[in-house]
Amino acid sequence: MNWGSWSNFFAMGGRGFYVWGAYLITLICIVAELGLLARHKRTLRQRLTQMLRLNKQS
Amino acid sequence: MAINLFKFSSPATFYPVAGKLIPVFYGLAAILTVIGLYLSFFVAPTDATQGEVYRIIFIHVPAAWMSMFIYLVMAGWAGLGLILNTRLSSMMAQALAPTGAMFTFVALVTGAFWGKLAWGTWWDWDARMTSELILLFLYIGYMSLTAAIDDVRRADKAGAILALVGAVNVPIIYFSVKWWNTLHQGASVSLIRAPSMAKTMLLGMLVMALAAWMYSIAVALSRARLIMLEREKNSAWVQDVLEKKS
Repeated sequence: MNWGSWSNFFAMGGRGFYVWGAYLITLICIVAELGLLARHKRTLRQRLTQMLRLNKQS
Repeated sequence: MAINLFKFSSPATFYPVAGKLIPVFYGLAAILTVIGLYLSFFVAPTDATQGEVYRIIFIHVPAAWMSMFIYLVMAGWAGLGLILNTRLSSMMAQALAPTGAMFTFVALVTGAFWGKLAWGTWWDWDARMTSELILLFLYIGYMSLTAAIDDVRRADKAGAILALVGAVNVPIIYFSVKWWNTLHQGASVSLIRAPSMAKTMLLGMLVMALAAWMYSIAVALSRARLIMLEREKNSAWVQDVLEKKS
């Protein structure tokens, strides 16, 4: 497959908005899922370590 | 074999094993995505009737496949948890739901972009699209229901019943294009006959689908690990894990 130039590639035969729009939203969804998961991991670990520390003190 | 399976169904054993596997699956997902995108944009030819727009297929179809497949796996784990009362099964079911919902959403949105050009409309209440939208609501319903019940065992049971009843929707989605006269086209790829598309297009789609598989496994395993820590926070193994890290 030869696009000739990068501008042809981004234009997607004049349908760039639809093709790249679909890909961009997919990318956002994946990044959002990974971001939420990472945040969940961080807060959960913080909460559980804190709990553990409190349990040891008492 | 049976002994091994039961050993791995204990969260304390599963947790470290999953931790080692997750980077492998993320790595495979990344590599396959790069190969898949290369095939999709630089190897697969322009479609004779649709031009370049059809390239949405490389995310649309894998996402739609995952949305249905993850639901069935989720319902299967939930059902197993309901029958056998195994802790891990219900955790796996809950770990899969958000990823399934994400892929359902992606399938719907990419379909809307494609439909706007192919049919002149973002949305139509045809059987395929409506049943896929119901799938999204089933995922959201499952997540809300299990989150709303404080008692973990009851939440698992209620969620499992919802997931199992909702599983009826999956064959409806799959066969909707055959059973009804839908705006959505029929399947281009099926198990019983040769696919009706160029080989390189098909290859791109399959590699992207494989990438979606690897991604789903990685994300579901990481989420399952968090659910395990949370649920078993008072057990000795979780305290060991936390002490090692802090």
